[in-house]
Amino acid sequence: MGNNGINYIHPEFEVVRDQDKCIACRVCERQCANEVHYMDEDGVMRADNSKCVNCHRCVSLCPTGALKIVKSDHTFRPNGNWTPQIITELYRQAGSGGVLLSSMGNPTNLPVYWDRLLLNASQVTNPSIDPLREPMETVTFLGKKPKEIVRDEEGNIVNNQTPQIRLNTPIMFSAMSYGSISYNAHASLARAATELGICYNTGEGGLHEDFYQYGPNTIVQVASGRFGVHKAYLEAGCAVEIKIGQGAKPGIGGHLPGAKIVGDISRTRMIPEGSDAISPAPHHDIYSIEDLRQLVYSLKEATEYNKPVIVKIAAVHNVAAIASGVARSGADIIAIDGFRGGTGAAPTRIRDNVGIPIELALASVDSRLREEGIRDNVSVVVGGSIRSAADVVKAIALGADACYIGTAACLAMGCHLCRSCQEGKCNWGIATQRPELVKRLNPNIGSQRLVNLVNAWTHEIKEIMGGMGINSIESLRGNRLMLRGVGLNQKELEILGIKYAGE
Amino acid sequence: MKRVYVNEEWCLGCHLCEYQCAFANSGETDMVKALKGVKINPRIQVEEGDGVNFAVQCRHCEEPLCVKGCISGALSIKDGVIHLDENKCVGCYTCVLMCPYGAIMPGNGTAVQKCELCLNNSCGEPACVKGCPNAAIVYEER
Amino acid sequence: MEKNYVIVGNSAAAIGCVEGIRQVDTKGSILIVSDEPHHTYSRPLISYLLWGKTDRQRMKYRPDSFYEDNKVDTLFGVKATALHPEEHTLELDNGETVTYGKLLLATGSRPFIPPMEGLDQVEKKFTFMTLNDALALEEAITPDSKVLIVGAGLIGLKCAEGIFEKVTSLTVVDLANRILPSILDEEGSKLVQEYIEKKGVKFYLSDSVAKFEEGVARLNSGAEVEYDVVVIAVGVRPNVELAQQAGIDVNRGILTDVHCATSAADVYAAGDCTVSHNIASDQDQILALLPNAYMQGETAGIEMAGGEANYDKAIPMNAMGMLGLHMITAGVYDGEVYKEQNCEGYKKLFVKDGKLKGYILIGDVIKRAGIYTSLIREQTPLDEIDFDLIKHSPQLMAFAKKERKVKLAGAKE
Repeated sequence: MGNNGINYIHPEFEVVRDQDKCIACRVCERQCANEVHYMDEDGVMRADNSKCVNCHRCVSLCPTGALKIVKSDHTFRPNGNWTPQIITELYRQAGSGGVLLSSMGNPTNLPVYWDRLLLNASQVTNPSIDPLREPMETVTFLGKKPKEIVRDEEGNIVNNQTPQIRLNTPIMFSAMSYGSISYNAHASLARAATELGICYNTGEGGLHEDFYQYGPNTIVQVASGRFGVHKAYLEAGCAVEIKIGQGAKPGIGGHLPGAKIVGDISRTRMIPEGSDAISPAPHHDIYSIEDLRQLVYSLKEATEYNKPVIVKIAAVHNVAAIASGVARSGADIIAIDGFRGGTGAAPTRIRDNVGIPIELALASVDSRLREEGIRDNVSVVVGGSIRSAADVVKAIALGADACYIGTAACLAMGCHLCRSCQEGKCNWGIATQRPELVKRLNPNIGSQRLVNLVNAWTHEIKEIMGGMGINSIESLRGNRLMLRGVGLNQKELEILGIKYAGE
Repeated sequence: MKRVYVNEEWCLGCHLCEYQCAFANSGETDMVKALKGVKINPRIQVEEGDGVNFAVQCRHCEEPLCVKGCISGALSIKDGVIHLDENKCVGCYTCVLMCPYGAIMPGNGTAVQKCELCLNNSCGEPACVKGCPNAAIVYEER
Repeated sequence: MEKNYVIVGNSAAAIGCVEGIRQVDTKGSILIVSDEPHHTYSRPLISYLLWGKTDRQRMKYRPDSFYEDNKVDTLFGVKATALHPEEHTLELDNGETVTYGKLLLATGSRPFIPPMEGLDQVEKKFTFMTLNDALALEEAITPDSKVLIVGAGLIGLKCAEGIFEKVTSLTVVDLANRILPSILDEEGSKLVQEYIEKKGVKFYLSDSVAKFEEGVARLNSGAEVEYDVVVIAVGVRPNVELAQQAGIDVNRGILTDVHCATSAADVYAAGDCTVSHNIASDQDQILALLPNAYMQGETAGIEMAGGEANYDKAIPMNAMGMLGLHMITAGVYDGEVYKEQNCEGYKKLFVKDGKLKGYILIGDVIKRAGIYTSLIREQTPLDEIDFDLIKHSPQLMAFAKKERKVKLAGAKE
């Protein structure tokens, strides 16, 4: 539309090739689905910077280390208000007339509260524990906890425990649908979860028949589109999750374009090939907590009260009140997804501007449920950018029962956070359905790397707990005395329910 | 015996194995020095098809037709590994005629060349396996 | 003398036999009897010896320690004179008689010298089959030599290649109208001939020597060829006399079954002295080729030691270099032809009854030829593979995924 001949978008990255080191093996060319690299007529490797998304596939596979990607230092006139990104995005929209799409989590420079929380350790008066010498418990049970002990006429204790999820460590892989991520990514998550004794989550795309074998470690999700939901599916998992919202895009549904609805994905989602999979923004049968209760009990009925039901919500302004409602709806577990949670595709403006930090949401939810005396009605799982074992420990100390990790799991599988999932050309074989790209993620390797990651974090959790003199994850939960804040104002400390460092 | 096996479903057709092979057998310690400006002649070769790739090198057969057919006695089996004595080979290519995998090829001099699992070069273990980014070639007992 | 195993001959078939026996029986006594006074050497390498591409030590077919390692006794320079299958005895020209348990005839073949007028007057005339032949020829030639080779087959041309750089002129005469008729088709012969001619070798085809005179051979066409050294390479005859005199079934060569057993109990035969069944043509013929000799010998050895083996995949096959031009051929040239010819080389595949029957590859198109050979030897139905793919370049991609798993991923068939 009149833009011919004018290029408004300057490449964001530059491919720097050390021609002295390049042996022209062309692995960069073969591995780049964005077709950045090519060989010229003289046999010299060249690059088209404009196509580069900085995914590092070429850098990681170059056998001589001849490549690096740098951020272009091309500038607009410096302006603290009209930043280069804002200007570029504006140009893009002026050219396309479309909604900007992005993926993975909110990358903006908003506060990361995890980094302003500091952990305690024992000195002198209460001994720390050496996890290499002493037993250290990380096993976590998720689900409603009985309020009282019930005995029969003969005085024997009656088991009034409702169904629980048992985790060897308080970490689960977040919901990522088959469709948004590849078969091999799902296989990696499923196998790793099984080996680790934790859970992964199907997301809203149904469960591929090959993965029913991992059912005991699978959380099956029911979202507003109900894709791939049927009786066997519900029965396949160890728990059922109702997805109300997602941290990356609260208030809107998912959208998987018809081009990706092919073969097994179409069959698994139970929708025709080529049709767009559009999850409605709301569940059209849920307009109140009472409606939610109906769905919770429908699912419990369908699974004969054998599976705990999770309700996943995005962290939004009145999250505490919503959580209170969910805790009264019959749900066994509340999952809260913070505003940094990842996605395979979301409108940029929504991803970057809607929702609140998980740290604040978690603290206010935990406080609210305690105040209302209904904290034991539910377990609380948090996600939305849990980046390390320290984040896990801080989350649990703030009141979480367990954490969901999605982005971290993707990173373990090879993701380099180029944030181009929406293009469907993931060079690492994760967020793509193109067979030649999908095969780049060998689940033998992917699952092993996930297992390594979670084992490493579990070791670190034990180390940190040991330092605090705590030998069980149960004793850490909601133990906000183990936290102190730095660089926080009075209001933030109040919401987080913690003292300032030095207090 | 440990052998190199091919998991074709994981082969990306990146051809890195060919370059690792050429480097391992170059006698150089630096890959750039070994391969810069060189048209490689690796002992492993990647076949390319429609969405399918896999690498082929000597299978170290238990009943090796190349050894049986070798007219000079340059090919022999040592501890299950098919070894080429380059010094004896006259380059008649009878082994090229015999090998059902097409895994022996003309070398850079008179003699032919073949994979010897990097047991006789500086790598010491199959360089192709070590350098494969997706475990499409593995070196193991099966 | 008494031995469990006696082998007459000391070349590829004999060595194959020793290695076959030792796969099954590591203890039984083995005796090799050979009229040649040498450690086992590779006969096809004699041309490379003259060329300087190998030497006496390197051309040994097996290491110096071979006989010791395999606990083999040897009688070199001794000829077997009579075989008595009933008595299980072998008479030797040193006066000894050996009693054997099992015996292998690996007596090979010898050059055939047709009658030619004046040949008996030629001072420097040679055949080209054994190490001694090669050493004698090497002794005789000088940089000024003009060599006349009678025979444009494998042996004649390999001889030409061997001495090419060491003599002044090389002339090849053959009664046939083309060179290498046993391994090439007409087009291929022409191509290779042109290549060799460009290197400076002169050919007289459809021609023959009418008369050898002092320094000049008069050909039937009227041409005259100056020479001082003559090599006769018109063909070979299998050494079947020992078998024949023992009453063993022989026609052109010694007859054997798939286990390489002859008609006499406990007597086996292998190598150039035998008749093989060519599975590509479904005909019996002598396939005087080293790989076949070895495989026959090995089969015989395993059988002699009580094991089980079959020699049932014999086909003609040759890999041959000629002054830098390589050619690989196999099977029979019968059936529908697929042809490619370009600057890289010349390729012909022959398909009949849905199977690959033969191929000719000349030049830079020889890579991975063994995949074709295997199709012929295994008689693979071409509708089970992607022949359109494989006919252009031999590759395992042409096989079904399941088959590739067997070939490359250790899957069981």
